[in-house]
Amino acid sequence: MTLSNLQKALKSGEFIVTGELGPPKSAERDKIEHHGHLLGGVVDAINLTDNQTAIVRTSSVACGKILIDMGLDPVIQITCRDRNRIAIQSDVLGAAALGIKNILCLQGDHANFGNEPNAKNVNDLDSMNLIQTLKNMRDEEVFIGGEKLEAPIDICIGAVENPFADPFEYRAYRLAKKVEAGADFIQTQAIFDMDRFERWMEKVRELGIHKKVPILAGVIPIKSLGAARYMKNNVSGMIVPDEIIDRIKGAEKKKEEGVKLCVEMIEHLKTVEGVAGIHLMAVAWEEIVPEICERAGLLPRPKFD
Amino acid sequence: MIVAERKPLSEIINAVEKYDKVLVLGCGECVTVCMAGGQKEAKEAASAISIARKKAGKPVDVKAHTVERQCEFEYLESARELVEEADVVVSLACGVGIQTMNMHYDDMLTLPGVNTTFMGLPTQQGVWMENCLGCGKCVLEETLGICPIARCSKSMVNGPCGGSQDGKCEVSKETECGWHLIVERMMKFDKLSALEEVKPPKDWSTSHSGGPRKMVREDVKL
Repeated sequence: MTLSNLQKALKSGEFIVTGELGPPKSAERDKIEHHGHLLGGVVDAINLTDNQTAIVRTSSVACGKILIDMGLDPVIQITCRDRNRIAIQSDVLGAAALGIKNILCLQGDHANFGNEPNAKNVNDLDSMNLIQTLKNMRDEEVFIGGEKLEAPIDICIGAVENPFADPFEYRAYRLAKKVEAGADFIQTQAIFDMDRFERWMEKVRELGIHKKVPILAGVIPIKSLGAARYMKNNVSGMIVPDEIIDRIKGAEKKKEEGVKLCVEMIEHLKTVEGVAGIHLMAVAWEEIVPEICERAGLLPRPKFD
Repeated sequence: MIVAERKPLSEIINAVEKYDKVLVLGCGECVTVCMAGGQKEAKEAASAISIARKKAGKPVDVKAHTVERQCEFEYLESARELVEEADVVVSLACGVGIQTMNMHYDDMLTLPGVNTTFMGLPTQQGVWMENCLGCGKCVLEETLGICPIARCSKSMVNGPCGGSQDGKCEVSKETECGWHLIVERMMKFDKLSALEEVKPPKDWSTSHSGGPRKMVREDVKL
C-alpha cells in the first residue's frame, strides 16, 4: 500500500513539520484551497480541525478530499463529541475511500464553548476508544460490534496529549495508554510553558514512549496581545505564562515578536530529546507559516520516498 | 434522590390562567427534601396564584395539598376528592410523580410546577450535585466510588480529557473534574496502575440509548 507523506516522514527520522488548517464556517472551497496553497510544500502534512472549539465548520473529511485533490497530505481530525460509533466508523471508511490516510483522534471540546451550546454532546466513545477502534479496523479488520470489514483499510492513527492539563502526574501515563491503544504518532497541545513541557518529556522518556511513537510538539505563533490573553484566559487546557504575555505586551512590533518567540520555541524544541517534530497551529494566521518555517531552518522540506 | 426546582411562579400562574379551580399538589418525598415541591412550596405557589388572580380581577379557587408520594398510585387516592373538585392540578412532584398523576387521574389535566433536574446528593444546605446518570451499568468499583459517567462532562471511560485544569472541568471552573478526583483517589489507595488498562467503549444500551427502560422482578411480582 502506498504511504502518505506523513507516514513516510514519520519513518524517515527527519524533523517533522505538520501544519493546521481550520475549515471555514462556509462552503467556500477556495478558502480551503488558499490556505492549502500557503501550507503546501512548507509542512509535511496538514491537520484539518473537526468543528474546532465546537463551532460548526466544513467537515474535516470534505476538506481532506479538497487537499487530496491539490496533491497535499491531509490529517483529518475526528472528535468523539459529535458522532456516535456508527457515524465515526462510517466517516473513517469514507475518508479512507477518498484517499485520506491520516486520522487524528480527539475527544473534542465540550459543546458549551461553541456556537451550538444547546447541542447534545454525543461522546459515545472516548478518545482512547476511538484510537483503539481505528487500530482494530485497520489491523483486525473489525468494527466495534465485531463484524468484519469487507476490505482492509490503510490508515495512520494520530493521537493528542496535553502536557498542560491536570492531573499532571497522570499525563505521561495517559499518553502511554494512547500508544498502547494504537496511536502511530502524537501531537501535543501548544506549548508556551516550556518548563512544564520539559518536565513532561522527562517522564515520557522515562517511560520510553518517545521510542515507540514520534511526538510532535505543538506550537502557536502569537499574533497579538489580545490573542495571547485570550489563550491564557479562555482556552481550556492551555497555560500561557505571564512572561510570554509581558514579552508581547512590551514589544513594539507585536506580530514580529510573536514570530520571533515561535521560532525560538521551535529552535529549542529541536534540542529536546524525544521530540520528533513540531505541529504548527497558526489559527487563522496561516500566512505566517512559510516565514516561521523558513526562519526556523525547516525549509526546504525534505522529499520522503 | 431526585432533585428538582420549582418553575418560576409567573410560569405556573400563566399555565393555570384559564382555570377557575386549581389544586397545587405537593409530594412528601424527594422534592420536599430539596425544597422544590413539598407542603411549604405548595402553599406558597397556591398563595402566589391566588394573589396574582385577585390583582388581575379574576379570582380563583386554589387549594394546596401534599400527598406522601406522588410516584405511586396508592398514595394518590388520598387526594381523590380534591382532585375531582379541581379544574386543573399543578403537580410539584418530580417528572415521575406528574406522569403518575396523569395516568391515575386520566380525565384530569395535571401540569408540571417543577423542572426535574437530576439524581444527586445535597452536599450542603442549598447545594445539590449530580452524581448518577442512571446508565444501568455501574463501574464505581473500578473508579473507587466516583462515577466517570455522571461526573465527567464527556462521560469518558479512560481518564481525563485535555481540558482538565487545576482539578476543574473545562466546562466550568465551578465543576470538579470527575477524573481528577478519580486519579487522586486511585493514588490514595495505590491503585493508579488500574488506570493503565484501556477500557472498551461503554455499553450504552442499558441507558436511555436502549429506549425507555423497564425493570421486571419476577421474584417479587404478585
